[in-house]
Amino acid sequence: MKQQIIAQLQKIAVWVDDRLHVTKLFESTAGHHVPKSSGSWFYVFGSGTLLCFVLQIVTGSLLAFVYVPSASEAYSTLEYMTFVQKMGWYLRGMHNAGSLFMVTIMILHMTQVFLFGAYKYPRELTWVSGCVLLYLTLGMAFTGEVLRFDQDAYWGLGIGVALVGRVPLIGENLIHLMLGGPIIAGETLSRFFSLHVFIIPGLLIATISMHLRLVLAKGINEFPRPGHLVKRETYDQEYAEIIKKEGVPFFPKAISKDLIFSAIVIFGILLYAFVLGPQIPNGSPNPTEIDTVPRPDLPFMWIFAVAALLPPYLETVILLVSPIFITILLFLLPFISGTGEKSATRRPAAVIIVLLTYIALGVLTYLGIASPWSPEMRAWTSDTTKAKYIEGRSPLELQGAVILQYKQCRNCHAIDGVGGHRGPDLADVGTRLTSDQLIRQVVQGGGNMPAYGHNITPDQVTAVVTYMASLSPNADQTAKNSTFPAKPPSEKPPASPKAAKSP
Amino acid sequence: MSDTPQQEQQPVVCCGGGAPPPASSRRDFLLLLGLGMNGLAALLVSIPIIGYIFTSFVQKMPLKWINLGKITDFPDGTTRLATYTNPYRRPWDGETAEIPCWVRHETENKFQIFAINCTHLGCPVRWFEESNLFMCPCHGGAFYQDGSHAAGPPPRGLYQYKYKVENGNLWVEGGVIPSLANAV
Repeated sequence: MKQQIIAQLQKIAVWVDDRLHVTKLFESTAGHHVPKSSGSWFYVFGSGTLLCFVLQIVTGSLLAFVYVPSASEAYSTLEYMTFVQKMGWYLRGMHNAGSLFMVTIMILHMTQVFLFGAYKYPRELTWVSGCVLLYLTLGMAFTGEVLRFDQDAYWGLGIGVALVGRVPLIGENLIHLMLGGPIIAGETLSRFFSLHVFIIPGLLIATISMHLRLVLAKGINEFPRPGHLVKRETYDQEYAEIIKKEGVPFFPKAISKDLIFSAIVIFGILLYAFVLGPQIPNGSPNPTEIDTVPRPDLPFMWIFAVAALLPPYLETVILLVSPIFITILLFLLPFISGTGEKSATRRPAAVIIVLLTYIALGVLTYLGIASPWSPEMRAWTSDTTKAKYIEGRSPLELQGAVILQYKQCRNCHAIDGVGGHRGPDLADVGTRLTSDQLIRQVVQGGGNMPAYGHNITPDQVTAVVTYMASLSPNADQTAKNSTFPAKPPSEKPPASPKAAKSP
Repeated sequence: MSDTPQQEQQPVVCCGGGAPPPASSRRDFLLLLGLGMNGLAALLVSIPIIGYIFTSFVQKMPLKWINLGKITDFPDGTTRLATYTNPYRRPWDGETAEIPCWVRHETENKFQIFAINCTHLGCPVRWFEESNLFMCPCHGGAFYQDGSHAAGPPPRGLYQYKYKVENGNLWVEGGVIPSLANAV
């Protein structure tokens, strides 16, 4: 009896397998043979990125239960989701964390592939499809930021308009294409919703399929051995021998570290969302409420910093040409260095490129968050002045201190660290500039400071300059005219020719 | 219908192997016809799709005159924030249909109407009447009261809308987000 049942079950299993091709599917995918050396901690980032993507689809689909992609309602549905809907805040947090994790792990994956020479022959197109995935993922991050339809989203689109508007000839047409009209409005959000939810995910799934198919067809890169060069003529045979000699089925022999990393990624996303929560919608997208300080999301902070730091005459060229240049370089990489050494230990240039890129992106992101070039819009009303920069001063100097505050100087100039950081700190300005130089700087501006000549009376100039001249640690250190002058900033031409006239 | 079993018997017809049997000229014709019909279909499908997407690409929306209110709302010598409703407003635009601009009243009928967007990267500039400056919160661009460039990265002065004064009302010509490609 028992044996009969087992025989029946076996029959059913064989039938199902025959009709569904489960075994064949397994053999050609999860069970395919990989070099034993690829079961390494360095090889976990690809599956980690894929896992993030799957999780994003799940959380994103659930967010769409509540979210309404209409410019008039998106913001209130976001608030509802964040503050009213049960677990809504947590799912938003997971989606937000998932996006950051996906971009981060993808960059780690790309770094590993680059340093391990995995992009070389015969995996050129695996790299190229990966580059497409990089752009699509960043596209998801940007369109997702727009769907969080708040002040940051609105002005983020404004920054997009200003960038696209620099394209010669068709700039205006491209703006209209991007916005779905001449101005940021309802059609803009609908467009970005379609991109974020249908078009880019569709392209992502298609490209991921190609990427994975190529991983299966061309094999996973073996752990590089220093001094072992890739040659087009011999590599295929060598790889076949590696698989023959030390090949193991991916499942169950090489997947364990991927599994462990995947679980850590999920724990990380859950924890991140739990501790930090979602990004709270930053004010409704009402452009007439201009008391706002727009900032992009983390993955684009470095671009925000670049835009602040480029010299104006280079700005348009660099902002428009460098993305094209970088894209071409990325896509052509496997065709430029498609053979030869794979190991990072013998590719110092590759290591230096990675280090420089990480340092540059890190520093730029940090600067973007700190934004020292932005005026502190409320500094003039709210920032205090420490007693030692006030006490013991004459009424005229005190009057100057008030004018310094009232004329918004503090928005760009800190006193002992308190205030804006656009211009130099004024705590010891008396040691750097003489009264004459101060007058000239205030009236004519220059060196990235507006000329105040038209906006300040001579009496006020006298007061504010007297105060600033008093700002030195002790009286002996006040600035003196020298016969050997290093060029003071006031020697630069004034920013506006009109302002050069004295008031 | 009768084709099906034959196809199963000769699956290599299209892909070389032996010499094609003489009967294949009809098949070749049908293949070409099928490909051709689908090519035509693809072309026809693409016309409405491209038209749908690229209307906004080619469409030039003319600016429209919008009433900003009585000129007495803008006292001489002041610069004030004014808002108007986007002339191309759609019912689902919500708050985004309200567009801000800075109105500077110099004397009598002499005005300047500045776009809110900084000429550097489009962030909203703020007016400070104490120092007579517009400041941008993004990258520190600054402009004088007449809109000319004062400091920072912006490549030019503030964008200015055209205006007219009729029967004591101030009208602005707006409806397009200004950019370096279209400075209004």
